[in-house]
This record gives sequence, structure tokens and C-alpha cells, in this order.
Amino acid sequence: MRILIAALTGGLFGAGLLISGMTDTTRVQGFLDILVAWDPTLAFVLGGAIAPMAIAWRIAARQRRALLGDLPEPPAQKIDGALLGGSLLFGAGWGLAGFCPGPAMASLSFGGTGGAVFMAAMLAAMAATPALRTRLAKT
Amino acid sequence: MEQDWIHGLIGGLMIGSAAAVYLLVNGRIMGASGILGGIADGSAKGRARAEKLAFLAGLIAVPGLLVASNLAPAETHVTGNLAVLVAAGLLVGLGTRLAGGCTSGHGVCGLSRLSPRGLAASAVYLAAGILTLLLFRQVLHII
Repeated sequence: MRILIAALTGGLFGAGLLISGMTDTTRVQGFLDILVAWDPTLAFVLGGAIAPMAIAWRIAARQRRALLGDLPEPPAQKIDGALLGGSLLFGAGWGLAGFCPGPAMASLSFGGTGGAVFMAAMLAAMAATPALRTRLAKT
Repeated sequence: MEQDWIHGLIGGLMIGSAAAVYLLVNGRIMGASGILGGIADGSAKGRARAEKLAFLAGLIAVPGLLVASNLAPAETHVTGNLAVLVAAGLLVGLGTRLAGGCTSGHGVCGLSRLSPRGLAASAVYLAAGILTLLLFRQVLHII
């Protein structure tokens, strides 16, 4: 059952990304490019997504567990170098190509070679991160 | 242009509803980089791994079906510059895993619970994205 819910929510997430225009990199870059013909669409997407999720957190706060499992642990509160440095690198890559992980996957079936190249590079970096993190911690 | 924000809002509500169901039913945070990253680095095992793979299957297949049946436009307008694509992919992969989240995990799920880490991460990646466009598009004309 959890597997089915995961597939369905993944599908709904992907459909939402597609319909909102977030799989179109010009929209994302148009939002980040604040100097020329600013495209506010991404703000509406984020606002629309935050609203139901804010309600969900309120419901979750009053429950001991989720319907089919435990609720996630309370989040770490620490704002550290990894969070800030990682977000800095992520934001730079996001701006360069106009893709973040969700839309890159949602558009994989129709994104052509460009989408596949981005995806391959992203997967390689994700696979290498644990080893890099260990090495960074040693130095 | 008037339709764009309506589509944005409707799509956004769908994204938020998906995140809400994933939290309240499966008890998980819907973060695209965490779900993909757990598969990419092999850290997700057993049932958690199956759950992540199912999520990814839906995420890839449903937009594909919508596009194939002409229900949605297929254009990503992604750059053809391979060096930019590789650099961007590496930065996004490494950055999201170091930060422990991306626009869905820190953005949608973090901002909606006013998480200090979500707020800090979102402020930094938005600022970095804006500066990147400023430098690489407006100054250097590369992207």
C-alpha cells in the first residue's frame, strides 16, 4: 500500500511540475533573472504548494503517527556550513540550467539529450557525495 | 501571460497536495533530491528503497504520459551547451545532498512548517540562483 501511495504521489508531483510550467527551464530562469522581463510564475507555484502542505503539518502535529507509518523525526535545527554551502552550490547549478531535481526527473521522458546529460551529471555527483563528505570531514 | 500564473497556482496546489499525502499517509517528507539521492548513493535499503523507486517511477511516467497524449506542452528549452549542463548537474547533485534538500524538501516542505533550516537554505539557493543569472546571463552572456 505504501508503495502504491508513493507511486501515486510521485505521479501527482510530476503532473503538478509539468502543468505549473516548472519543467520549462526558461520559466525558472525567467524567475531568477530579475533584471529582464521578470516571470513571477514560480512564486505562484511555491505559494500554491506551500498552502496544502502548511495544513498537512498542522494535522500531523496533532497526530502520533501517519496513516501507514511513523511520522518523520523532528528536523535538525542546526544551520551549518554544509546546509549553507550546499545550498549555495545548488542555487548556482539551478540558475545555470534552470533545472532542480524534481523537474529534471519529471521531464526525463521528453527532455531529450540535454535533460539526460544534466541527469547523468546530477546522479554522478549524488553518488559521490558521501565519499566527498567523509574526505571533507577528515581535513 | 494571464494563464501562466493560474497554471502555476494549479500545478503548485498539486505539488503541495502530493507532499501532504506523502507526509500524512506514508509519514515521509517529499524531497526530490533526498528520494533520488538515496537511490543514487545506495543508502536507501529494503522497503524504503522500494518506496523511493515507486515515487520516482510515478514522477517520471505520469508527465511522460501527459505529454505523449498531448495534454501538456513538452518543451524544456534546456540549453544545448554540454559544459553548462554537466557543470549544472554536478552542482545540483552535490549541493542538494550536502544541504540535505532542494526546492521540494527545503522549499515546499520546509517553508510550510517555518523550519529555520528550510528558510536558510531557500534564502541561499534563491540568492545564488539570482546571482548566477546576473553573472552568467547579464554580464558574461553564457546562458
